Amino acid sequence: MNKLNSDLTRPRGPVVIDIENITKDYVMGEEIVRALRGVSLQIHHNEYIAIMGPSGSGKSTLMNMFGCLDTPTSGRYEFNGKNVAAMDDDELAAIRNREIGFVFQTFNLLPRSTSLRNVELPLIYAGMDPEAREERATQALVDVGLGDRIHHKPNELSGGQRQRVAIARALVNNPSIILADEPTGNLDSKTGEEIMALLEDLYSRGNTIILVTHERDIAVHARRTVHLRDGIIESDEVGVMPAMESMAAS
Amino acid sequence: MKRFVYELSESWKIAVAQMRSNMTRSTLTALGVIIGIVAVTLMGTAIGGIQVGFDKSMAIFGDDVLYVGQWPWRKVDDWWNYRDRKKIKTEYAAGLNHMIAMTPNSNLTIAIPTSSVYRSVKYTDSEVNNVLVRGTVSDYIITSTFDFKEGRFFNELESRSGANVCVIGYDVADALFSSASPIDKSVLINGQPFKVIGVISRQGSFLGLFSLDSIVVMPLPAFQKYFTAKSKADILVKAKDKTKLTDAKDELTGLMRRVRGLPPEKKDDFSINEQQALKSTLDPIKNSIAIAGLFITGLSLFVGAIGIMNITFVSVKERTKEIGTRKALGARRGTILLQFLIESTALCLLGGFIGLAFAYFMCLGIDKAFPSFPIHFSFGLVLASMIVSVMTGLISGFAPAWTASRLDPVTALRYE
Repeated sequence: MNKLNSDLTRPRGPVVIDIENITKDYVMGEEIVRALRGVSLQIHHNEYIAIMGPSGSGKSTLMNMFGCLDTPTSGRYEFNGKNVAAMDDDELAAIRNREIGFVFQTFNLLPRSTSLRNVELPLIYAGMDPEAREERATQALVDVGLGDRIHHKPNELSGGQRQRVAIARALVNNPSIILADEPTGNLDSKTGEEIMALLEDLYSRGNTIILVTHERDIAVHARRTVHLRDGIIESDEVGVMPAMESMAAS
Repeated sequence: MKRFVYELSESWKIAVAQMRSNMTRSTLTALGVIIGIVAVTLMGTAIGGIQVGFDKSMAIFGDDVLYVGQWPWRKVDDWWNYRDRKKIKTEYAAGLNHMIAMTPNSNLTIAIPTSSVYRSVKYTDSEVNNVLVRGTVSDYIITSTFDFKEGRFFNELESRSGANVCVIGYDVADALFSSASPIDKSVLINGQPFKVIGVISRQGSFLGLFSLDSIVVMPLPAFQKYFTAKSKADILVKAKDKTKLTDAKDELTGLMRRVRGLPPEKKDDFSINEQQALKSTLDPIKNSIAIAGLFITGLSLFVGAIGIMNITFVSVKERTKEIGTRKALGARRGTILLQFLIESTALCLLGGFIGLAFAYFMCLGIDKAFPSFPIHFSFGLVLASMIVSVMTGLISGFAPAWTASRLDPVTALRYE
């Protein structure tokens, strides 16, 4: 399963994200900015997909759609078969809580809370018992290799460790997708590689990962790459990018 | 429901952490609430004190006793109509008692004559001025609420014979005898010696205006022998059932008209007073003092509330990104609303507690320094000020918390 090339041939899982011809318009004063101009995409369970594009390509807007932080102006969006476009704020919050694990460029940890409390947060919003919560959160931290940093606060952790806490937080509710927005953007390249290795590991354990990046070196880790330009999909390539082959071979 | 409880406890933890990490800011903001709560609470204790004193003073009159007198116990605009009324005479009591006895199912039990005058009371070298000297009968004790510190009231025999005996009030005993027992000593009133047979225990003062302990009570015949000039007579009539006081009053009016021999077309030329009537004239005054006082002190609490609102707005602004993160992790609008409401409420509760503690010690201090100042610190007041604190927190925190809950997660996450 870990062999990259075997990925291409294995059967695809059920559809998690299904968008069809979605558009998103923003009103900026007098002007209407058309961030997305009709994007259609299907993401299956246990895919590792990278969304690439220069700034202004609609990459961030699309990520917000995937993350159920925003709803499209028009078009169809189904998440696990549920129509997201018609949901209200609280229903979207429930989807974000249970189905989506966010990993941000700036980590977005609560500065005055310990790793454990940070990781517990989604479980609190899910209404889990305190004992079960602590157990699950501790396990998630152990899973990302931070079993000895449970009671540390973010300012006592290195950048890489902080991002690991954030990944543990993203994983703790067993979401359908992990949405990583420039996860290595604030890290040095060595630490960045460690984080990418962790994501690779999560993928191999059956998680669905959506990676949003403008860095080719990062995108090469994915098994499928979607390029956006001016609010439409420019290319959608399944397969390992050339740079990947040499890395996989090594 | 379970989720709500967890979110509530989470919100409390955040609120406490937030207050700790912004010590200076929280303290300064809470100070506004502290001052407000101290002001409102002290006002509350003062109002409570007035109320307690008022009720105590009222109780002295007895709630089942009617007072027949020349003047009504209320402010009159046409005083000239009352001035020329015939004086009330102590002899009326005998007539009233006779009629009460003749009436089957009367609502009245007994009529007591009293006659009063202000005189000085002397014992050896000591003298007390302006003492209320009252002559009455032995049954007077039935209509009164006082107890005896020592000794007794005069009996029927002494009452009828007009013996030169008297019962003195606490202040009189204190001024003339200090620590010694006045029993069987003779005091001089108008140059006449009266043997002291009893001392009334301390009654306090009526609304803090005049002392009820500066009194001497003696048998009516003895009183009439020496103090007829300038004396003022009242008839006290005890009702059978205090719930039927209106009926009793009507009956007494009829009896008094017969005593006075008034033809039907003439108006009453006497007044029948009761504790309740006095209360209803004084209540509006007391209430307007309370309302005005609470309003003015409430303004200081309002200023404190504005401070809380302001700081919560600042808190929402500087934690915009955190709000975005929480929303991304699944916090609903209600969650965020709750979080900031709890923060402002926690701040107000803290201020409320400290303010209440301050107020409590200030009350103790005032009570020590000025014992006569009416102050009353009650559990109800503690509860009320806690409720006021929570309400202040909820009201002042609502606008900022609402703003926070409505933040668009995308914008909030991008906020730097």
